[in-house]
Amino acid sequence: MKFSIVVYAAPYSSQAAATAFNFTQSLLNQGHDIYRLFFFGDGVHNANRLSVVAQDERNLQQQWDQLIIEHKLDSVVCVSSAVNRGILDQQESRRQDLNAVSAYASSELAGLGQLIDATIHSDRIVNFG
Amino acid sequence: MANDTLKKSVTFISRHAPYGVNNARLTLDMALASAVFGQNVSYVFMQDGIYQLLKNQHADGIHSKTLGKALETLSLYGIDEVCVDAESLAERNIQSSELIKDVQLVSRVEIAKLIDEADAVFNL
Repeated sequence: MKFSIVVYAAPYSSQAAATAFNFTQSLLNQGHDIYRLFFFGDGVHNANRLSVVAQDERNLQQQWDQLIIEHKLDSVVCVSSAVNRGILDQQESRRQDLNAVSAYASSELAGLGQLIDATIHSDRIVNFG
Repeated sequence: MANDTLKKSVTFISRHAPYGVNNARLTLDMALASAVFGQNVSYVFMQDGIYQLLKNQHADGIHSKTLGKALETLSLYGIDEVCVDAESLAERNIQSSELIKDVQLVSRVEIAKLIDEADAVFNL
């Protein structure tokens, strides 16, 4: 079955972000397809590559990045939520003249149209947050 | 839309008060985007979400946009199915006359039907 996952929760604030990750991993292990990951609102913090986590703690952002790369997932971070929260890719960083990139390159910053597209093309949309 | 497979029924369930956390704003953004992209949208307000529909909201004092004003424009976006959980109103002692116009009071059985019939449900 083809799933899309929507994450509204930030890591370390809400268990929902970690649950979304675990759920996505289980889907892949069971042979399901992920059409798209969509990070919205505080969920955009899951794509922050500048997080530093104690050694005995889970680095969720890094785990998402690895999962996305390993499985070649389509991962979208809502651009308006992201720039509000300082999650910038190369392009936004240049546009805002901020000289810093905080988003993992494995996710793309894009608009809500990508969420609607996922709604149309997935068998299931699962929300976390 | 020419191709019907690109048109889905999407139900949004909004359960949070308009200010304090941004869940209500996020739900509105998703619902409007869905409508703009030609989806068939049902919008359900329940639990504290019903406070979003109160008349005479003025969020200027907290330097926010007034959510109730935006919700009054839903029909302009083609969102005509705007439903309020009657039980949530009763629990909070709010009368339907206190709400913005063009909302329908529905029972939980009817909400269950909107969830059941939807291709996708967003619950925030």
